[in-house]
Amino acid sequence: MHRCLSFGFTWFGWLAALVTMGAVGIFVGFLGIKGLAALNLRLFFGEASPWQVLLGTQPAVGGLWPACLGTLYLVLLSSLLAIPLGIASGIYLARYASPGPKRLFGFAVDLLAGIPSILMGLFGFALILLLRKTILPQANTGLLLSAGCLALLVLPYLILTTQTALEGLSPTLHVAGLSLGFTPWQNLVHILLPAASRGILSGVILAVGRAAEDTAVILLTGVVANAGAPQSLTDKFTALPFHIYYLAAEHRTADELAQAFGAALMLLLLTASLYALAYGLHAGIAKKWEHTPIIRP
Amino acid sequence: MASGQNPLADTGAAPSLRRAARRETLVRTALLGATLISGLAICAILGFLLYFSLPLVFQGQAGEILAWRWRPFQGDFGILPMVVGSLLLAFSALFLAYPVGVGLCGFAFSQQHHPWGRLVLAVVRLMTGVPTVVYGFVSVFLLVPLVRTWFEQGTGFCWLTAGLTLSILILPTIVLLIWSQLEQTTPETRLAAIALGFTPSQEVLWVHFPQASRGLAAAAVLGFGRAVGDTLVALMVAGNAPQISTSPLDALRTLTAHIALVLATDSTSLAYGSVFASGLILFATAAAVNLALRRLKAPPP
Repeated sequence: MHRCLSFGFTWFGWLAALVTMGAVGIFVGFLGIKGLAALNLRLFFGEASPWQVLLGTQPAVGGLWPACLGTLYLVLLSSLLAIPLGIASGIYLARYASPGPKRLFGFAVDLLAGIPSILMGLFGFALILLLRKTILPQANTGLLLSAGCLALLVLPYLILTTQTALEGLSPTLHVAGLSLGFTPWQNLVHILLPAASRGILSGVILAVGRAAEDTAVILLTGVVANAGAPQSLTDKFTALPFHIYYLAAEHRTADELAQAFGAALMLLLLTASLYALAYGLHAGIAKKWEHTPIIRP
Repeated sequence: MASGQNPLADTGAAPSLRRAARRETLVRTALLGATLISGLAICAILGFLLYFSLPLVFQGQAGEILAWRWRPFQGDFGILPMVVGSLLLAFSALFLAYPVGVGLCGFAFSQQHHPWGRLVLAVVRLMTGVPTVVYGFVSVFLLVPLVRTWFEQGTGFCWLTAGLTLSILILPTIVLLIWSQLEQTTPETRLAAIALGFTPSQEVLWVHFPQASRGLAAAAVLGFGRAVGDTLVALMVAGNAPQISTSPLDALRTLTAHIALVLATDSTSLAYGSVFASGLILFATAAAVNLALRRLKAPPP
């Protein structure tokens, strides 16, 4: 009976691996074949000349360029908001907080990490409703609001990776700095943060990838189809993931469908390479510390 | 380490030391401030959902929202079909993905020194980086036509298609959590199992899985949370009809898709109310998932 079960489990494992790899293979193959056919300069710039679009003298009508720019702005803005905040919170939780507050904040961060992304979008939407009712009747959704909500979405990733990277350091490092007469801050800046930098960087990369791919948040906070490149922080905008979602339902011509496949392939390559980079950094850390003797103080 | 107890702060120590002590206080305050902002964000999200959905309760409209019919033009604003839709879709995705995830971990464990095992794990890790919108997009053009032609019924935008797509989405979450548990097994346990003549499969089944039963449960809970919270797959391929699905070929609408759909169109205030009530239910689900994970992570009593 036991023998049968474990024999069955072996075969089931092979089957599960085969089915998963098959599904992923078909998925990537389908998108790759359809998407590669669409990857060319026209995909990005439409009928306009690339140089003139890049110099800003001509709008890229019908190309992906505005969506790419929108995603770039979103990622930059939300990183600007979330990265300093996230790393600072991570440092506080790892090195400064006493057990009580640490447990409380840890719970809050875990909760924030588990909240569905559409609720971040709903939060932004509700904020605008409230502002309209009270102090800013002309408030509207736009680029800055989306970036703010995305920053909230990626904040827990940054906090958790920073905290884990600092807490994972060998205790000898901490003691070495203090024994040289460093203050806690000097110890942090000159010893602990450099040692934890790879882990923190992998968290930053994950956060950027997450901000670039999320659709549900921007769906409720100011993304529109066919917006040009945004001119100000409160403008409506368009972004790659939304463009893909929109074209999947609303494509009118074969050209638009090809563009959607091209955009989907590009977004997949972008986020997959970011995630691979983050994992690579992480695996590197494990290797680096593998042979370091840990002397407990 | 607290600066309040810093012996250098109030003594006649050298100015440079006093400056350093002051800087410590400053740094500490700044870091605390950043952490407080993160904590406030959570409170703000919950506060907004409550602020916008509680008036419904006090004005006696809760009964209209917690009803079985969604026909906004006839004045029916019930969200219960969407609650059922969310649960049906999440559980079916979990039902499909969980056994595959467990099997995959067994495979990866027995082949962990073989390139195949490492390749499978690497692919699963990369799957976490696939944008949800891309899963939805490929499903619309690959799986939907297949389901439509195989079953020769409906449009192909249905529970079955969404469940299959969602199961691929949550698979890496499940696999990576179980794998992290398998990695924590001590060398002593492994050696003992091998010395008793266990094959890798027997070892996983009879030694490591019973040891990691809490991890196995946590993987199911986390997978469920991820499935309930997903918006794009449900929105793009589930068909979005606000009804109770009885067959896998029926369309269904989840709470997340409901929020996106209602806010995309201009709506009346009661429709907004239903959106915030949906948000509150989703928040409560996320919080429950989080609490369950905490209990499972804590050392057994």
